[in-house]
Amino acid sequence: MIGAQLQLDAVRVGYGGKPVVTDVSFRLARGEIGCLLGGSGSGKTTLLRAIAGFEPVMGGEIRLAGRVVSSAGQAVPAHRRGVGMVFQDHALFPHLSVADNVGFGLRALTRAERARRVDELLALVGLAEYAHAWPHELSGGQQQRVALARALAPRPALVLLDEPFANLDVGLRERLSYEVRELLKNSESTALLVTHDQHEAFAMADTVGVLADGRLQQWARPYELYHEPVNRRVAEFIGEGVFLTGRVRADGCLTLELGEVVCPRERDLPVGAEVDVLIRPDDVVHDDHSPVTAVVRARAFRGAQFLYTLELASGARVQSLVPSHHDHRLGEAIGIRLELDHVIAFPRGGEGAHQPAPAECSVPTYRL
Amino acid sequence: MLSRRRLLPLRVAVWAVASLAALPLVVVLSSLLHPETAVWAHLGEHVLPELIGTTAALVLGVCAGVLLLGVSLAWLTAVYEFPGRRFFNWALMLPLAMPAYVLAFVQVGLLDFTGPLQTVLRGWFGADLRLPEIRSLGGAVLVLSLSFYPYVYLLARDAFASQGQRALEVAQSLGLTPAQGFWRVALPLARPWIAAGVLLAMMETLADFGAVYIFGVDTFTTAIYKAWFSLFSLPAATQLASLLVLAALTLMSLEQWQRGWRRYTPTGRSQVVRRRRLTGWAAAGACGFAALVLAVAFVVPVAQLLIWAIEVAPQDLDARYPAFIGRSLLLAVLAALLVVGLALVVGYGERRIRDRSTMLAARIASVGYAIPGTVLAVGVFVPVAWLDNGLIDVFGLQTSAVFKGTVAVMLLALAARFLAVGLQPISSGLNRVSVNQEQAARSLGAAGATLVWRLHLPLLRRSLMTAALLVFVDVMKEMPITLMTRPFGWDTLAVRVFEMTSEGEWERAALPAVALVLVGLLPVIMLTRTAEGARAAASGYAGATVTEVVR
Repeated sequence: MIGAQLQLDAVRVGYGGKPVVTDVSFRLARGEIGCLLGGSGSGKTTLLRAIAGFEPVMGGEIRLAGRVVSSAGQAVPAHRRGVGMVFQDHALFPHLSVADNVGFGLRALTRAERARRVDELLALVGLAEYAHAWPHELSGGQQQRVALARALAPRPALVLLDEPFANLDVGLRERLSYEVRELLKNSESTALLVTHDQHEAFAMADTVGVLADGRLQQWARPYELYHEPVNRRVAEFIGEGVFLTGRVRADGCLTLELGEVVCPRERDLPVGAEVDVLIRPDDVVHDDHSPVTAVVRARAFRGAQFLYTLELASGARVQSLVPSHHDHRLGEAIGIRLELDHVIAFPRGGEGAHQPAPAECSVPTYRL
Repeated sequence: MLSRRRLLPLRVAVWAVASLAALPLVVVLSSLLHPETAVWAHLGEHVLPELIGTTAALVLGVCAGVLLLGVSLAWLTAVYEFPGRRFFNWALMLPLAMPAYVLAFVQVGLLDFTGPLQTVLRGWFGADLRLPEIRSLGGAVLVLSLSFYPYVYLLARDAFASQGQRALEVAQSLGLTPAQGFWRVALPLARPWIAAGVLLAMMETLADFGAVYIFGVDTFTTAIYKAWFSLFSLPAATQLASLLVLAALTLMSLEQWQRGWRRYTPTGRSQVVRRRRLTGWAAAGACGFAALVLAVAFVVPVAQLLIWAIEVAPQDLDARYPAFIGRSLLLAVLAALLVVGLALVVGYGERRIRDRSTMLAARIASVGYAIPGTVLAVGVFVPVAWLDNGLIDVFGLQTSAVFKGTVAVMLLALAARFLAVGLQPISSGLNRVSVNQEQAARSLGAAGATLVWRLHLPLLRRSLMTAALLVFVDVMKEMPITLMTRPFGWDTLAVRVFEMTSEGEWERAALPAVALVLVGLLPVIMLTRTAEGARAAASGYAGATVTEVVR
């Protein structure tokens, strides 16, 4: 595909002959921000390091702006790739001032050009007045921005960010993730980050890849990952939710265990099969007028909302997000109904997933 | 919180220890205030210019030598993978086990005109072959560099291991080649640690007495010894010592000053570092270089020592040896107990009182690690002589000496020299006892002595053992203080080495030297075994510096 700034084809990476990640393929267009999301040990950092040129690939190809930079047995050295990297602990040089840190990779420029570029970047990250400060004098968030400015200064073809907010306070993380996204977009950078935090991934990235069980499970926009996960693994990893048992009717719609019916867009599941239907907390709506009730078994106050864990008559449990003025006690029965925009159903036992339709669903709401 | 009044005895005790440690220094420095013009005229005309030149050349030469050996070996073992790396990683610290004066006489024995190497070479290339004289300034620089490079190696290796690979990666991600990454990032980042190691090596060089004596190189330490024991001029010795102290204090302030830089240099999290694998010639070169240094600095000398020792043992290992060994052990045990006791007072006081004056007292108590033994010997002898004369006058005693020439005087000088060695593990041990742990113990009803007994001492057991072991080993190996302040005829193993080497009897010096090397191996083994041990042992080795670094 023309225009792909970063392209991975069937990449396999690992240590000591043992692959950690296998068969990873994805593309990142110019100016796009991608994110590899996965738990610890999922191989996301290994993959990032392979793209940077610090790890060899065991199979497949990595291309940067069309040029093959890594393939089995061959690799362009990291310093000739033009890939910038923001390290997890920022890795600022403590013996250099902020300005010298940012200008470190600008050796080809004249002194004046370098100074201009450094000023430009410090202005971009909002630290112009800190040019002569030392790294240890900065806060964590400021250090982060210096690290980003340093990586961006040589105008890399691609910027990699390794768990960029892991060392920062939770409060700071959210604010910074939007800030950094703006910075990357303003500088028209192509970027790939890795994180284990899905909120961070959703806040930062245009496209997110879920890494689990040594594979890239899905590479999609955050909205699709949440609403149209391709398999159980992704559905469980992204967001909150439970599975309710359903059975496929002759018309392709699904009968849930309590008797209500939902219809997936593509009715291609085998008739009579038992399936698991994904129910997100936002699919379960509190409605006092609903005839169906469920008993409050646990509740977590989240400020604007309550997350209730509700027990249905069958004993199955679902979760529901409810505006927090609906303050119900434990053991109280409250009326609920199901509002499923996207019906996500996976056949029992099988890995294969029912592919939801890409277009907006027009499934009617059924009463629970 | 305890009231100030209740802390007063502790405060007094801490200052008493500090004064004890500072006394020799004050005595020697005060001689600068009333210079003896006759002595200075003589010194200035005949001795000083050459003395200063030689000492400076020696110290700077060793500085360059340890920098070259220590940094290159540290970089190789920290960042690269090559055959034998895991072995060299710890084995390259082995030269720490050998006192510099032992390495010196073995190398002289091996390399001088009549030694085995030159004899063999003459057999091959004819009788006219001459190698450069080993008993020279150059030879001393070489041998002391081989002896002291582990300080730099140890500190630089840890710095490189924790951040070297990262430094290369950051540099590469900014477009620098690995070689540029080494010079522009890895080396500057490790600079504080390298500087600490180099300064320690320089202090040791300045303090060295035994090795330069064997090489016939006249430095301040040998000049002090000769002034006192050949010219019988204690004033001249004191005046020379005062100059040496100034040089030592300069190095120490440099070391303290550069310590500040480390605060801002994070060592990085300990991550699984995947070393870069060297292949072909590069791998062979790395392995060969490490093997060469290890062979010259440790393996060959130890082999030669053993050969000599076995040769002379039948005639030489006689009834005097139990006495040499007994005195060495007695002195080392007594010094270890004394130092641990004093260090506990200072360490505990520093922790409990936590004010500027107590911190200052603790710093003063540690100053001895930078002061050459010859200086301390003079600095302790002079006030003891005053005291003796005073006592004799006042009480009209019929003796020429009361304390002079007793083991107590030796112990005082040794304690002043090695207090920092004991204080370092004890302080860091105390620092690991958290304030919350103390408060938890208090809330459970343990306070005062009970708190020390039930919480601090059990938690400190390892630190106390470490401190005692390190002081024990250092005192066993110590030469100038023992030599200059011992009771008449009270020879230890180290003194025996000195006497045999001054007569050029290398073979006979090997016997006591083997014992000292074996004892010296103890802390090195500890250094290589566990991270904890490494921290503790390194702290002892590097005086007051390294713990902070290896932390």
